Amino acid sequence: MVSTTSVRPVSAAVPAPRAETEPDPAPKAAARGLSFYYGEVQALKNIDLVVHEHRVTALIGPSGCGKSTFLRCFNRMHDLYPGNRYEGEIRLYPDDMNLLDASVDPIEVRMRLAMVFQKPNPFPKSIFENVAYGLRVRGERSRRTLADKVEQALRAAALWDEVKDRLEEPAFNLSGGQQQRLCIARALATDPEMLLFDEPTSALDPIATASIEELITELKSRVTILIVTHNMQQAARVSDYTAYMYLGELIEFGRTDELFIKPKHKQTEDYITGRFG
Amino acid sequence: MPPTEHISKAFEADLEETRTRVLQMGGLVEAQILAAMRAYASGDAAIVEQVIENDRRVNGYEVAIDSACSHIVVRRQPAASDLRLIMGISKIVTDLERMGDEAEKIARMARALHQQGPQHAQRFPAIRHAADTALRMLRQALDAFARLDAAAAAEVLKEDPTIDSEFTSVLRQAITYMMEDPRTITAGLEIVWVAKAIERIGDHAKNVAEQVIYIVRGTDVRHTSFADVERELSKN
Repeated sequence: MVSTTSVRPVSAAVPAPRAETEPDPAPKAAARGLSFYYGEVQALKNIDLVVHEHRVTALIGPSGCGKSTFLRCFNRMHDLYPGNRYEGEIRLYPDDMNLLDASVDPIEVRMRLAMVFQKPNPFPKSIFENVAYGLRVRGERSRRTLADKVEQALRAAALWDEVKDRLEEPAFNLSGGQQQRLCIARALATDPEMLLFDEPTSALDPIATASIEELITELKSRVTILIVTHNMQQAARVSDYTAYMYLGELIEFGRTDELFIKPKHKQTEDYITGRFG
Repeated sequence: MPPTEHISKAFEADLEETRTRVLQMGGLVEAQILAAMRAYASGDAAIVEQVIENDRRVNGYEVAIDSACSHIVVRRQPAASDLRLIMGISKIVTDLERMGDEAEKIARMARALHQQGPQHAQRFPAIRHAADTALRMLRQALDAFARLDAAAAAEVLKEDPTIDSEFTSVLRQAITYMMEDPRTITAGLEIVWVAKAIERIGDHAKNVAEQVIYIVRGTDVRHTSFADVERELSKN
């Protein structure tokens, strides 16, 4: 017979899965009251969100919800077009600097927070030169250093074994998945602190997608990752934290397991279960 | 629960069909328990045979519903309330199947008991009460599942101590019965097994109700006290 006396939840009797109990790591970056305008159009509305160090944070939401706009704020991509305007700030830690401050050099920001795009976009150069590009821009001249850094970046991007004998070939000779990993290697070459992925696998087949996802999981020991994805299963697979955005607002942010099993907001529930909102 | 429908009508239909089958299975199990208790009261061999035969259908439902759950997981990758519904259903059908097994056991034991003479079964009115409680718990749990009503499910948990004390009372009576006349020991033991089967049905009904709370609220209330469950349900 079952005892009716009060008992502690049995979950306290066995260790819970690590992911559920570990405390949130320190913040790597934090949006504070961030709003963004394309001219007169407000695309982001007063967003507060913490990106935890060495974790993968996924941004999900329907098309036009502002998730890519939000991602692009992190490396000042919007500065490239006139009429765009930020309000609020994005603080980067441990420096505790505001990335959006006019005194901060956007080129420096892009070295520290590197972007990987939807479609692989290698430069029309050799495999080697693609990865060495950012280093050369930084003024690195030593062939030895360049060769070492290129090898390290290609290894980190899990591409070295496939290209080490053909580094002088044009990057366009690579397959789509290899080109995307090359772009990741290019982003890694300058030792960024954060990687920003904008739907990095939407142009790839399932095998190439799996290898990019595996790579993302491996890379988080080196860098902090923010990823925009349309694929909710991908968010569930690769991320530790998920943010759901809708119409420029952050609706819900939480640990991925919780958000996908027990979301707090009905709007999140409707979106991730595929219902009419 | 979200009143809105899935964009995919096929997904909506798959979920609805699976829910309906769980309720059909629950109805069948309820009928099996009622029939088993009729066999217990009357010793009617035809009813015993019918219960044994129908248990195959209960088992069939379990396998079919589990397979439908796998199908939905593979094709739809359900999340949030849909995920909890599928996980919950997959556990609920296991409990329903076990209740079916208990009903079959009761029917078989009724046959053995009546072979000892028809008088024994009548001597234990507490068995009837326990069976009524167990059936009420099962109906409430199924009703809570049909309406996805966590508060109604919590009411089922409240009944569990009742059935436990009814079992204890049958046990006490049976011991007295057997001590008074050792020739009744075989029959007395059958009575105890029947009471135990009924008590197990109550436990399984409680498990079903706990799954309903998980499906609706996303909170796992297994192995917690009723006070904890009430506290949880009072949260928004």
